[in-house]
Amino acid sequence: MKIVASASLWLVRLAYLVFALFPLFWLLRIALTPDQILYREGTTLWPSVTTFENFRFVIEESPFPTYFLNTVIVSLGTAAIVTVLATGIGYAFSRFRFRGKTPLMVFLVITQLFPIVMVITPLYQLLAPLGLIDTRIGLIVVFTAFNLPFAAFLMHSFFEGIPGELEQAAMIDGCTRFQALIRIILPLMLPGVGATLGFVFTAAWSELLFSLMLISSEAKKTFAVGLLGFVGRSGVDWGQMMAAATLALIPPAIFFTAIQKYLVGGLTAGAIKG
Amino acid sequence: MATDPSRSGRSPHRARRMRSAEPYFYLAPGIAIVALVMLVPLVVGVSFSFQNYVIFRPASRGWSGLENYVELWTDRTFWHALGNTVKWTFWSVLFQIGLGLGLALILDKPFWGRPVFQSLVFLPWAVPTFLSGLNWQWLFNPIVSPLPSWLAFVGILDAPRNILSDPDLALYGPITAMIWWGVPFFAITLLAALRSVPSDLYEAASIDGASAWQSFRYVTVPFLLPMMTITILLRTVWVANSPELIFVMTEGGPAGMSQTLPNYVFTSAYSSMNFGYASALASVLMVMLVIYSILLLWVRGRLGQ
Repeated sequence: MKIVASASLWLVRLAYLVFALFPLFWLLRIALTPDQILYREGTTLWPSVTTFENFRFVIEESPFPTYFLNTVIVSLGTAAIVTVLATGIGYAFSRFRFRGKTPLMVFLVITQLFPIVMVITPLYQLLAPLGLIDTRIGLIVVFTAFNLPFAAFLMHSFFEGIPGELEQAAMIDGCTRFQALIRIILPLMLPGVGATLGFVFTAAWSELLFSLMLISSEAKKTFAVGLLGFVGRSGVDWGQMMAAATLALIPPAIFFTAIQKYLVGGLTAGAIKG
Repeated sequence: MATDPSRSGRSPHRARRMRSAEPYFYLAPGIAIVALVMLVPLVVGVSFSFQNYVIFRPASRGWSGLENYVELWTDRTFWHALGNTVKWTFWSVLFQIGLGLGLALILDKPFWGRPVFQSLVFLPWAVPTFLSGLNWQWLFNPIVSPLPSWLAFVGILDAPRNILSDPDLALYGPITAMIWWGVPFFAITLLAALRSVPSDLYEAASIDGASAWQSFRYVTVPFLLPMMTITILLRTVWVANSPELIFVMTEGGPAGMSQTLPNYVFTSAYSSMNFGYASALASVLMVMLVIYSILLLWVRGRLGQ
């Protein structure tokens, strides 16, 4: 009985693994297939010949390195700014009672209900006079606002996991509140800060619509826009596109793999009560 | 909490005011940017919906009252897109909950290789949405992927063909991609909730002679429910609002058959250039999501008692 149960459990695990990984395996499989045999051997599990030519082309002869760099700048910038601002909001919600607290929290929740398609046009008109259209800074500003509410709740949840007595003790010892936050609390929250950074980085890396609407010049395009351009061009080169896609996947995959266990831990700490 | 008013020579009165202002210093920068970049455009956007605002007819721009909303009432594409939005959101979220809960339950108990397994099954969440759309678009293509012949083999399709070009089935392509991409998010939050169940509750249940099913039903489920409602709420709203996968995979086609509301907003705004009408569509979507959220939170409140 026990063996049957554990065998079927492993079968279920295996099924999840296949479901999660098969699409990614297929991405890589096409990226590694030479053009000449792609259509002929399109549905076999592994091509008879493999090549790195698609990767070489994407890295050396296409504009993708520029797109890649732009996406890194925008995503890292967004993640850093959001994390700092979310720390402030999460801390205030977690440690203070003040007038307007509930309306502010409700406001942040409600922002999650906005259809993005609704705000794109007005946002464009708002950013244009400020000279923020077709700039990486403009993208960072927009991504920051859209990622901040969820990140603030995430940070709030992490703060709830740290007892408030800690900074009170530090304040009795002569620290200001801000010093206590920086020196005592944040070091304890490093997993939480890391999880928020990683979460926002992954989200910013994935963003398509704003990048599509706000960025027009080749030199500032992000990966998402570049890849869609690939589809638009005459005759999709599947292999190159898949190679570019594989490369686009590496940074968020690394970031996310590093933080996923803290994400689970952080949500445990406080989000359930909230 | 005793604060020392003499610290910087301030009067006690001023010190108290400083103290009550303190939370706002931590909040202000973040709230300001959210208000500026989200709230202001939202108000402007809603105001568009009461205007006659077609980009290539600037002369005729002006307030038009409820005209856009009236037009929407008789617009068959709108009703079709609305139905599709419900279908798209319902199936995506339903499967994400089911598979996510299953995954969370598997991951809750230790087994050999669990850390590696966890990071691998969570990987789809790291894949950018548009990329998972492209990825599944290729997977549904019978020339470069074995998936269509597998679907035919198990009897889901009559022949290995591309469901994305089938008017009746096209929407299920993006739904599959959405499920694949979103399962990890449910699994992460539900796993977090599972880990927060106090272990003495399980001990008490087993002392009382509860079976595995009973302790799941009477201990685990009640603990999961609050987190589950919040996760369902967030995901429903995100899924309902998200046009990317459909935009990338089918562009709403064939013949508009897989169009959802956010995509229809997009088409109205950037193909027909009718911003007024597009905003009316988006406003209707938003109002429905607000009503849905209030209902869900009300249900959650009832369950909590």
